[in-house]
Amino acid sequence: MSLITTLARLEAVDSGRAQPLATVRHRHLTDRPLVIVPLTTAGEAGAPLGALVGTDREAPRLLAVAQPRDRDLRFAFLAELAEAVLPHIEAYADVVEPAERNETDPATGKKTKVEVELCTDAPQLIVPSRAGIEFVRLLGRSMRFRRTAEDDPETPYPAPARVPLLGRWLTHYGERARVPGSSLLLAATDLLNRHWATGQSSLEDQHLGALLAWIDPPGGASGAEAALAAELGRDQHGQLLCPPAGPATDPAFDNRLLAPAIETYDRARQALAAAEDGLAADGRLGELSTAEREIRSLLAKVMLPTWDKVWQGLDLLRELPEGSRAEDRWTRDRWSFTAHRDRVSSGEPPQPRRDDAVTAAQKLASRETAQAQLEAQEALDDPLVLAGRRLAGEAFLADVTDVEMAYTESKRPSPRPLVTLRTDERPHLGERTKVYRSLDGKPQTAEFVRYAQEPDQEGEVLLVLRIMDRMGRGKEPAPGSLPEPGERIAWTLFEHDQRGGPKLPDPEETPWTHGGPPGADAATRAEHPDPVTPEDLL
Amino acid sequence: MLATALGSPAPFGQSQFAFMRGNAFEAKVKADGGAELLRLLYERLGGSSPAPGPDAATPDLSAAGPEGRAARTALALREATAAGGWALLDHPMLALEVAGSPAYLEPDAVVVHPDGRWTVVEIKSFPMIDASADAAKVGAAARQAAVYVLALERVAAVTEGAEVGHQVLLVCPKDFSNLPTASVVDVRKQRAVTRRQLTRLTRIEDIADALPEGTTFDPACSPQELESAVSSVTAAYAPECLAACELAFHCRARSRAEGAVETLGRSVRGELGGLTTVAGVLAAAAGKEGDPADPTVAALRRAAALRAEALESAAALRAQAPEGAAAVRGQAPEEAGAACR
Amino acid sequence: MRTGFDPGAEAARATGAILDDTLRGSARGIVVDSPPGAGKSTLVVRAALELAAAGHPLMVIAQTNAQVDDLVVRLAEKDPELPVGRLHSSDSDPYDKVLDGLDNVRKSAKAADLAGLDIVISTAAKWAHVKNVEPWGHAIVDEAYQMRSDALLAVAGLFERALFVGDPGQLDPFSIVGADQWAGLSYDPSASAVSTLLAHNPELPQHRLPVSWRLPASAAPLVSDAFYPYTPFRSGTDHGDRKLSFGVASDGSGPDRVLDEAAEAGWGLLELPARHTPRTDPEAVRAVALVVRRLLDRGGVATSERAEQPVPVTADRVAVGTAHRDQAAAVRAALAELGVTGVAVDTANRLQGREFDVTVVLHPLSGRPDATAFHLETGRLCVLASRHRHACIVVCREGVADLLDEHPSTEPVQLGVTVKFPDGWEANHAVLAHLAEHRVRWRPQVT
Repeated sequence: MSLITTLARLEAVDSGRAQPLATVRHRHLTDRPLVIVPLTTAGEAGAPLGALVGTDREAPRLLAVAQPRDRDLRFAFLAELAEAVLPHIEAYADVVEPAERNETDPATGKKTKVEVELCTDAPQLIVPSRAGIEFVRLLGRSMRFRRTAEDDPETPYPAPARVPLLGRWLTHYGERARVPGSSLLLAATDLLNRHWATGQSSLEDQHLGALLAWIDPPGGASGAEAALAAELGRDQHGQLLCPPAGPATDPAFDNRLLAPAIETYDRARQALAAAEDGLAADGRLGELSTAEREIRSLLAKVMLPTWDKVWQGLDLLRELPEGSRAEDRWTRDRWSFTAHRDRVSSGEPPQPRRDDAVTAAQKLASRETAQAQLEAQEALDDPLVLAGRRLAGEAFLADVTDVEMAYTESKRPSPRPLVTLRTDERPHLGERTKVYRSLDGKPQTAEFVRYAQEPDQEGEVLLVLRIMDRMGRGKEPAPGSLPEPGERIAWTLFEHDQRGGPKLPDPEETPWTHGGPPGADAATRAEHPDPVTPEDLL
Repeated sequence: MLATALGSPAPFGQSQFAFMRGNAFEAKVKADGGAELLRLLYERLGGSSPAPGPDAATPDLSAAGPEGRAARTALALREATAAGGWALLDHPMLALEVAGSPAYLEPDAVVVHPDGRWTVVEIKSFPMIDASADAAKVGAAARQAAVYVLALERVAAVTEGAEVGHQVLLVCPKDFSNLPTASVVDVRKQRAVTRRQLTRLTRIEDIADALPEGTTFDPACSPQELESAVSSVTAAYAPECLAACELAFHCRARSRAEGAVETLGRSVRGELGGLTTVAGVLAAAAGKEGDPADPTVAALRRAAALRAEALESAAALRAQAPEGAAAVRGQAPEEAGAACR
Repeated sequence: MRTGFDPGAEAARATGAILDDTLRGSARGIVVDSPPGAGKSTLVVRAALELAAAGHPLMVIAQTNAQVDDLVVRLAEKDPELPVGRLHSSDSDPYDKVLDGLDNVRKSAKAADLAGLDIVISTAAKWAHVKNVEPWGHAIVDEAYQMRSDALLAVAGLFERALFVGDPGQLDPFSIVGADQWAGLSYDPSASAVSTLLAHNPELPQHRLPVSWRLPASAAPLVSDAFYPYTPFRSGTDHGDRKLSFGVASDGSGPDRVLDEAAEAGWGLLELPARHTPRTDPEAVRAVALVVRRLLDRGGVATSERAEQPVPVTADRVAVGTAHRDQAAAVRAALAELGVTGVAVDTANRLQGREFDVTVVLHPLSGRPDATAFHLETGRLCVLASRHRHACIVVCREGVADLLDEHPSTEPVQLGVTVKFPDGWEANHAVLAHLAEHRVRWRPQVT
């Protein structure tokens, strides 16, 4: 943790309110995010319990599973989830703009520009917490290999029609969420933690209720008190006043409320099955729906506070102006969305269980690029982030005191002007260290030449840089391309843009050191559904 | 339980759903004389031994008290090793001497191979999905198993022909099913660490931390002794404690009251040098206390100045361009302004 | 008591087997584990020259430009006539200017310009951009344990077979983003190139250089036990073969006493009073600088198998190692204040692969309130504790053992990942326990 962040946290402790960690919003928020608040059954990997879903904060759609260990009920839940999520995703798929993409012609190896479609916007999913993102991934994994009756009439326990498709989309979103700076799938806690420092630890910051209590404490309470109440406050029945943001539930809820309700439901179901005549069945059906309603209402009660808090968090975030480079990252999210849309529509199989060697290496490389890019862009967008880099000696602010013309010693001399700067900062400059400034939104490069003056009494130094580029083609620098004396400029030691890595071999060209090409069997294995057993509950 | 006894229940406890599933899974794995468990073990760690058949021994380990059960276990291990066949010991009892007194440990199972090798088996109910599992949970299981390996090594040392495997078998549900699958975990690292911990740690509560949950020391420990043991723990609270210990909320309250910076996370301390309290750090940062020649103090003041400057410049920027800010806000949908329910 | 162990013969046997496999074997890959100072560079140069001499042109892949330039210079020293190509990037100053003075070294940013040369050398990063060339029959991959698996993936198509050489005990490669989702996969892109290679080709011959020529007899057992517990090595020299002595007697101060202890035992621990400090602990930094100053002032001389006469320990034969860059900067400033120049002061990362007579180490955990994974990383301590030919002096605050006890190792475990030894927590304890036997307690005077 940087010392500036530490200070912000300590100030939060002292003031009882969260303190800003950013002065702009570093993640794009769409006009209509789809919020999903999921719950899962304790101890079961693939047994969702319920969810609130929707784009209208006043009208969440409640999905619930009365008996999570019943496969049919789980399938019904997933089918309903698909119904709630897929139309939202598909609404964005057909609104496109023309765009160009660089492609390498496989025959000639030449790069050409290709006209393609780019979705003008992309659907954004918001979950309460990081565990929610993990759960989206888990749901995606559990659904995408399922077979529907249409896929294979012989398949035992066929999945409802759109469930595998939802699995593929959730997998894509879960995977995209691993890319630094992406905003297709975000956790409310991550968003808030990026922008505010609370007076508690980052571990405790994973609790959405406690986190919001620090940022926006109700009724003038101190953040610390409000957070404590959110963490531990219970009603007279021992139930948390602020239930966990999921997907895990509070054990006290499971044991004291949910388990008895499920038992009642199970009994009602048995009774219905044992009903001997229509009249008895009618009555027992009524009991069954009462029991089901009770479970739905219990689940709604523990999910609604979280639902409201996610929207409250989004409100707070929308008060911050969006950082100017966040749009650039969102454009890449739109490309990602468009690309998956194309894979789905061209009938490609679901994403394999595990990446092949080349895909894994490509993903790692592109995420490292994205991480470096994100760090640079946030610093350029936000003086508070830049302050952290300045403290670390990776950037500095300086006043221009002098500009002196100089030229290269080649036959056609190019300008290499020397700029003298005054600063009280101590960047890690060595011989010919490259530094960059933003000129009309694009980086201009300079090299460190020397210190012109050692620290004076105010601790200020004079340092000389040589400007290397962006001065036009002429012998004299283009107008406006040079720093002017008196100007105060932020320089960074990190690059503003990231070069992509080298091109990796195609998967079919995977070298022997990495196991050779993934054989035909690997390709087909990825398609196999998970084995199912007649009884899949314990 | 301890916390409840001391008057402030922490939000701990296990959901009965998880509890039931854990028990049901272990029972399923061990059903039919452990046939499935032995099959999994043979597939992964069988070596050149013949496959286990229905004749694998499952000795009765019941005896009175932990001491008796530990003796019974040692005897069963000796007999099974001498017999030279497969044997499955279900919930054996192992003794490990720490700081002069015996601690009793109960692994899920120990398998004796025909060649005299003993393998610790841990059965967990978290899933292995596509052959990977939650690394924190696997790490905890490995540390737990390493203690069992150490305890077993003391028995093996006095058992002819016996050797304890440093690879343990971790059995978990496969993917989203109730079918068991297994993975081999090499616990040499954890064993080395635990071995050193046991030789270094002298305080009983530290040792208790190093040992698996469910370890019993002396069942006849009086409440007074318990309380004095608890209060003697030095204030070493860190947020990680919250996930591991039911007393953590107690310690956190005390730590917060003292203004200790660790309440914000261990990493916070890293750059604060000798400063340990929130007030102390803030006073140093504000220039009210501390020696400016101390690098910590100097760095804090610089951080505070940079932070203040950045916040000011951002505020000035926004004041300069109210239209721009309004335009950004104007993009927000109408419902964003709706009152929070 | 080393009867029966002839280090020269053991090392020669190992080298012979490696060269035999490289020149005449049929395996596509050969892996050589080389502990600190076991002659890795010598082996790489020799293997390259013998391959070239046998009519097998080859490519050499190293990890940094400094390593590449160093290899080029060593090759030219051994065989000034041999045509060598140095493939470099198109950045400014892409290679060491020393190379301009070597007549048979051709330099280019384009692989095509270097076609036909016996040996072409570059970094893995540069090789990754070379496309559409006829693959080389042979390659040597240097520092293969510091190379990431994805970097090997990008270049492995350029050669048919390769010799992989590296030190498994040094710092692992890392990635700036999480890579847990691929943990346990044989080709985890964030793992080391060697682990991927061996996971897919477990039958490849693996060799080990069994003798450290750098580490003295006082250091090899500790470094071997603590950092290479399952692949032990020995020192090439025996107790008494090397000697460190001073022309000026001790003044009784802490720095002088620890210098005497280290001269005698090969290790010295200068222990300052327990205290939580910032990373750039001024007292510890000054203590490090003082030890260096006194080492030079007292006219240290080193006697070793390398020279008949004792050789003065000059500034260029001394290094200071730290965990962090700001610590190195603080030590440099403190040395400058004491008028010391020419001593290498750097972080573990940058000292990898280098060798000195005496090293002074600021212990990574000194004065820290917490022990993070970074500070416990085995490779970091291993690098710092294995750069010296004569003696290593560690400067540390008291209380690190207690700190370790408070931060027991609770590493997560990924299924399917081959366990890498040893554990950082345990290795730190092992080293501390050994250093404690050579402890000099010192309370610096407040100035």
